[in-house]
Amino acid sequence: MPWDRNQMAERAAQELEDGMYVNLGIGIPTLVANYVGAKDITLQSENGMLGMGPFPFEGEEDPDLINAGKQTITELKRTAYFDSAQSFGMIRGGKIAVAILGAMEVSEAGDLANWMIPGKLVKGMGGAMDLVAGVGRVIVVMDHTNKHGASKLLKECTLPLTGKGVVDMIITNLGVLEVGHKGLHILETAPDVSRDDIRAATEAAIV
Amino acid sequence: MKKIFANATEALDGLLRDDMLIAAGGFGLCGIPELLLQAIQDSGVKGLTFASNNAGVDNFGIGILLETRQVSKMMSSYVGENDEFMRQYLSGELEIEFNPQGTLAERMRAGGCGIPGFYTRTGVGTQVADGKEHKDFGGETYILERGIFADLSIVKAWKADETGNATFRKTARNFNPPAAMCGKVCVMEVEEIVPTGSLDPDHIHLPGIYVHRLIQGEHEKRIEQRTVRKKETA
Repeated sequence: MPWDRNQMAERAAQELEDGMYVNLGIGIPTLVANYVGAKDITLQSENGMLGMGPFPFEGEEDPDLINAGKQTITELKRTAYFDSAQSFGMIRGGKIAVAILGAMEVSEAGDLANWMIPGKLVKGMGGAMDLVAGVGRVIVVMDHTNKHGASKLLKECTLPLTGKGVVDMIITNLGVLEVGHKGLHILETAPDVSRDDIRAATEAAIV
Repeated sequence: MKKIFANATEALDGLLRDDMLIAAGGFGLCGIPELLLQAIQDSGVKGLTFASNNAGVDNFGIGILLETRQVSKMMSSYVGENDEFMRQYLSGELEIEFNPQGTLAERMRAGGCGIPGFYTRTGVGTQVADGKEHKDFGGETYILERGIFADLSIVKAWKADETGNATFRKTARNFNPPAAMCGKVCVMEVEEIVPTGSLDPDHIHLPGIYVHRLIQGEHEKRIEQRTVRKKETA
């Protein structure tokens, strides 16, 4: 059985270590926060906050307190606020240990494409290029194949890049892969998924 | 010199002209200078370039200036919460220069600090790097990004004293300090002007040296994505 969204998020949470400062992207990465357990993890929101809390209860929303997806959120006792220049200063400066992001394509060299599809509406890269260029470790969480069944792990990305050689690990519904020097390494498979199943679903070189 | 003006229109008097570059604070609709944007719409000034992370929504934020065709170019990291923006963008009426969010913030900060350019790893190997100088430091490649020197800054803070020393509230700080710093003139709107001496000098987020004109007003503070959780019932 391949992993579902929550199981992928749960697996990604295992990569986080006590004391880490972490940035979570939109979509499945957001779910990672539900699985950190007893680990002391501080979440960064790149619009200017460390120590991001859960969504507010109804009636307690504050228009001055939102996350990078513009959703209302809450603060914690440890919360610190700062401006956007300082926020990306800590990202660019390598102070954030891990970013967990979604992706459209990842190449065997760790190139990442997740911000635009030529010919389709381009909304912008937001903070994604800064994050992948700056943080200590980039973990991509995504489905192994697209809705047409084609591999999202490619020899070369076909879409415009968000970053070149920036991805360290990929967690898909089929398993966990690491970006190595000559291609991807399979570190782990989802239950009842074989290494051959992953090879069959992957265009990128697996070594 | 007295910095306090009666309203947004008076605070902008003599500062607006066609084709100028304006740096605006705010992230989404959070912490945007909503009163000054309305006054810019009322002024009818056009051909504006905005350095602003986002472009507002259809009837709020910078969106109101798109409805009246007063904006010709956006320097932003993320747009598209706005139908009129997308229509003008796709039809070629509106130019957009996409900047990585942190690069945009640093370009503003740098401009305000008298730094005309800086090197960053962000965007290397992507479209963002096209046409920009590349330089290696310690075996790693960086690109040159330029500081933004705006004709005018419009920003929003929570409280300021009469000299413009300002404090922000929660994530409404965002782009406001770097945007304030990079303009030749900065106009700030606040929820409350408090007597000079009543803010703790150790808790000033933006010193008044960056703020030339100041107004107080009522803010709508619209929420873009209201997201809540259910109270657990015992």
